[in-house]
Amino acid sequence: MNIIVTVLSLAISSSVALLLASIGEMINQRAGIFNLGCEGIMSMGAFLGMLVPYAVGHGGDTPEIFNFLGLLAAMAMGALLGLFFALIVVTFRAPQGIAGIGLQMFGVGAAGTLFRHFVGGTQSVPGITTAPVPLLSRIPFAGQIFFSQNALVYLAFLLVPLSWYILFKTPWGLEVRAVGTHPRAADSIGINVTRIRYQSLAVGGALAGLAGAYLSLCQAKMFSDSIVSGRGFIAVALVYFGHWQPVKIMWGALLFSLAQTFQTIIQSYGINFPYEFAVMLPYVLVIVVLAFDRESQRLGPTALGVPFDREIRT
Amino acid sequence: MDRNTRITSLRMEHITKRFPGVLASDDISLSVGDGEVLALVGENGAGKTTLMNILMGLYQQDEGKIFINGQEMRFHSPNDAFAAGLGMVHQQYMLVPNMTVTENIALGYKKAWTAWKLNLQMVRERIIEISETYGLAVDPDAYVWQLSVGEQQRVELVKTLCLGARFLILDEPTSALTPQETDELIVLLKRMTNDLSIIFISHKLQEVSELSDRVTILRHGAVVFNGNTNEHSSAEIAALMTGREIIMPENTDTSCAAQKALEIGHVNALSDRGYLALNDLNLTVHGGEIVGLAGVSGNGQRELAEVINGLRRVEKGTITFFGNDITNKTPKVIIKAGMGYIPEERNTEGIVPPFSIKENFILKDADAKQFTKGIFQDKTAIAENAAKLRTEFDIRCPSTDVAAGTLSGGNIQKVILAREITRRPKFLVAVYPIRGLDLGAAQFIHEQLLAKRKEGLGILLISEELDEILALSDRIAVIFKGHIQQVLQRSEADSRKLGMLMAGV
Amino acid sequence: MTNQFKFLYKTCIVLLAVLATMAMGAVILLAIGAPVLKTYAVIVFDPLKNIGLISEVLIRTIPLTIIALGIAVAYRSGIINIGAEGQMAMGILATTAVALALPDLPKPLLLPLVLIAGIAGGALWGAIPGLLKAKLQVSELLSTVMLNYIAEQFYTFCLRKPFLDPAEMTTGSGTPQSMRLTKNIWLTRFVSGTRLHTGIFIAIGFAIVIYLLLWKTPFGYKMRAAGSCERAARYGGINVAKYLVIAMVLSGGFAGLAGAVEICGVHHRAIQGITGGYGFSAIVVALFGGLHPAGIIPAAFFFGLLLVGGNMTQNAVGVPANMVQVLQGVIILVIVATQMILSNTYLMERIWRKTHKEASS
Repeated sequence: MNIIVTVLSLAISSSVALLLASIGEMINQRAGIFNLGCEGIMSMGAFLGMLVPYAVGHGGDTPEIFNFLGLLAAMAMGALLGLFFALIVVTFRAPQGIAGIGLQMFGVGAAGTLFRHFVGGTQSVPGITTAPVPLLSRIPFAGQIFFSQNALVYLAFLLVPLSWYILFKTPWGLEVRAVGTHPRAADSIGINVTRIRYQSLAVGGALAGLAGAYLSLCQAKMFSDSIVSGRGFIAVALVYFGHWQPVKIMWGALLFSLAQTFQTIIQSYGINFPYEFAVMLPYVLVIVVLAFDRESQRLGPTALGVPFDREIRT
Repeated sequence: MDRNTRITSLRMEHITKRFPGVLASDDISLSVGDGEVLALVGENGAGKTTLMNILMGLYQQDEGKIFINGQEMRFHSPNDAFAAGLGMVHQQYMLVPNMTVTENIALGYKKAWTAWKLNLQMVRERIIEISETYGLAVDPDAYVWQLSVGEQQRVELVKTLCLGARFLILDEPTSALTPQETDELIVLLKRMTNDLSIIFISHKLQEVSELSDRVTILRHGAVVFNGNTNEHSSAEIAALMTGREIIMPENTDTSCAAQKALEIGHVNALSDRGYLALNDLNLTVHGGEIVGLAGVSGNGQRELAEVINGLRRVEKGTITFFGNDITNKTPKVIIKAGMGYIPEERNTEGIVPPFSIKENFILKDADAKQFTKGIFQDKTAIAENAAKLRTEFDIRCPSTDVAAGTLSGGNIQKVILAREITRRPKFLVAVYPIRGLDLGAAQFIHEQLLAKRKEGLGILLISEELDEILALSDRIAVIFKGHIQQVLQRSEADSRKLGMLMAGV
Repeated sequence: MTNQFKFLYKTCIVLLAVLATMAMGAVILLAIGAPVLKTYAVIVFDPLKNIGLISEVLIRTIPLTIIALGIAVAYRSGIINIGAEGQMAMGILATTAVALALPDLPKPLLLPLVLIAGIAGGALWGAIPGLLKAKLQVSELLSTVMLNYIAEQFYTFCLRKPFLDPAEMTTGSGTPQSMRLTKNIWLTRFVSGTRLHTGIFIAIGFAIVIYLLLWKTPFGYKMRAAGSCERAARYGGINVAKYLVIAMVLSGGFAGLAGAVEICGVHHRAIQGITGGYGFSAIVVALFGGLHPAGIIPAAFFFGLLLVGGNMTQNAVGVPANMVQVLQGVIILVIVATQMILSNTYLMERIWRKTHKEASS
């Protein structure tokens, strides 16, 4: 019994980074841009997230406010990197796939460089404390799994209905969806396609930054070069898998996170199974899912990946 | 400028606009009075759409001014144009397919917007109000992809009116309509002139004389004529459009049909979205004849051309080519069997735009003995071939080394035609071959088609222009919802009859 | 608009691009308080100081060239190969396996055999995303990245278990690496005192082969057509799916070959981290080199320079080696943006008119 509780609780808490990053990426893609640089933004977010509390406390205990500031710094940097990406792919209309790889390299390299200079080694931080929900966390079984997590976990899952509302019930969401499906129509009715795409990339970037900060502050409680290890790319794949809808993306994040916990379980329980194959599992799962979910190709925002140029006369 | 103010006069003065290498608008001036309908006429590429896009704030003019009711207006975006009371229905509808009619109109209906909520109910009410006032029936809750072309156009009209248009601009409004739908639209527009003034772009002189009060003719981006419609005949206008007397070739032969070239039997095929695009389709074309396929765009023409050429799966039925079964064979096999194809989208399906002209000529023959030397390409032979075709087909280009994508539409089509014809195919499928071309290029292409027909080539001509079909075909087939309604001899067909068949009657 | 103006305009754009690259890198350098110009000087000039260093640059040029050639083939065929890291790793495993299995075969037989094994290993790993895209329309951008991570894990596993050096097991240090592979696969080092090996001729040889293949044969013509305009190619009877798979197989094979050459020429055993980011660096090399062998070779040299220089910055100016990755990312972004600006003739005309007007008024 205990193992199931541990596994599920772990699956939920380790799905947060994926969830935050994919919701952000969903907004990008709904507006027509796919950002493979998500991984790079997450790296920078991971670095900044732990930098602030570390700078203050040097690994020792720090007041919660600094954790919060770390998260804020990560989000700000994420938004900034998102805007930078917008400059390249929206204003300059560069091809999004390869530009994303460029952003990824930049982000990962910058995070590594800055980390080695300012922190270095294997410094750890105490990270965010758990915040059990009063009363609910006492429910046997469910209470431990769902309601004894830290504040960011609750926030991340609240983001699911919130992002749904924003996308489908607000004017901005309508504009985003129009821009991603038929930017020419949106343009002809007076919507500023460029503005909407910049805004979506900023929001997506901020969420990716936050996701990275979660990894360093809450999950690993430290920073290393391999802290993101492909989650940014998995997040992008999740958007396809989740058919650009928040709830489906949430289930996807939980599924992949479950696959990832497999590896932790082997280690903790000393099972005699090659460690590396367990680590492989989520990545294999992504490929399997992409291969068999052909539907998603048809359902995506029609203008995904196509730069918009008003001056191009058809 | 109050949205509810009637627009009694609209003037564009000395408008100039440049695009890379092209002067799209050259010192253009025009004016429209209260309740007037102005027809903006010209060949493809004359600059009509560009001019209207400037009026709508999508482009900014390099020089010139726009006056509404005597006041100078500066439009930096479509929003400014809407605020001034202008509305436009574009040639390709600006509707988001997977949103409802209400959502599409809500995109522009800023009154219904608050920071956190979209008041779709308010938009819905406005749609119903406009719909009833003007007699334009639309279903606010329908998804755009569910609507027919005619219904979508009504949505576009309702959209402009909901957004407060006091002046309408229509770009080729009847290009995708059947003759009957066209008649209905003209009646509707005439009624609307009580409240609005209209500019409409067209190259169909019949409509111009029926609907417009005045006509402005553009040629190569400049105004060549401005006058009252009822004082000039269609022939005069046509001559002014092109600057010369162009007589389009006509097929006056009696049919010299030979053996059966292409037999399509009971074919079913699906569209990209998974719906039945071809429904028990039967058609036979003989050598030495032109069969024209008439129909409103979107009734299966594209899918038919694709199944013939092996680019789309045939779900049921057979296609026989000179007695051989080519159903679901690969494009390569079908090309080898002697099928020629002039595809619909010349820029993305007919040529490889970044490749040079001479490289494009050998697209289907890269492995051919005459273009290879051992395992390498024979660059000399390729260049010689290109030079020959360039002269024969009068292709205007600085050299055959330039990228094919830089050529004008007419020249690109000539490249494709040259390639297809000189391969000596046994049959040719030509899809919208003169779409978007100026009359000079169109005349050339039609002459070539008729010449090849005389030599015994069978041709399936797919087109939206009834004029073209009536001029060239020996027999005319009408396609509706993926099925051939009827096949007529040219002598039996006229546009009224065809129009009814095209509408499924 | 004169040709002189066009040349001037394009040169200015390129210069601005270079400046932009240096400026963006400078942002990070300034953040860590490093001297900007000195750092760049160390990266670009220090590796040229002596023969030993230059040979180190050339050693890195070799795998970069080979992999970049493969990436260029794939890119021109319409498929972006981000999976060179994984393909290289698989090539290395194949090479090591054959070398461990047949250590006594004479060099003229064994060396070609292991190189072919390397190609096969990489080609197989490259075939997977190729087939996934051709048959199931799975985006190669995601599948190749995932396969990188999978290959990385599999590689570590093999080094830790089946290929583990027996010597490591007895001493108990457990460093995952294979034992020293037989001299029969070593590529000759022909400049005494350096590690520069004959693999360089393999690299140059393949560059010529690729040039001929892509631009002089009907096969290459069809691949390029499929990559430039997939629809028109299909309509022209070209089997786009087939060429896509072939492109990925070639691309993967090249990455695998680079891996094999690294083993045979430099390390002589399979170790952790041997792929050294070459798979990613090669992407930048391919782009920088204009996706053409003539450009790729000098580009590979330049990036070899960056890699060696980047290793020296920690000691020279206190800049961590990760800075090279930053520069690579910036270079990619600048290249793709610049390409779009250069191809925007509308912008060029507007600027011509503005400057022309000022001159005449």
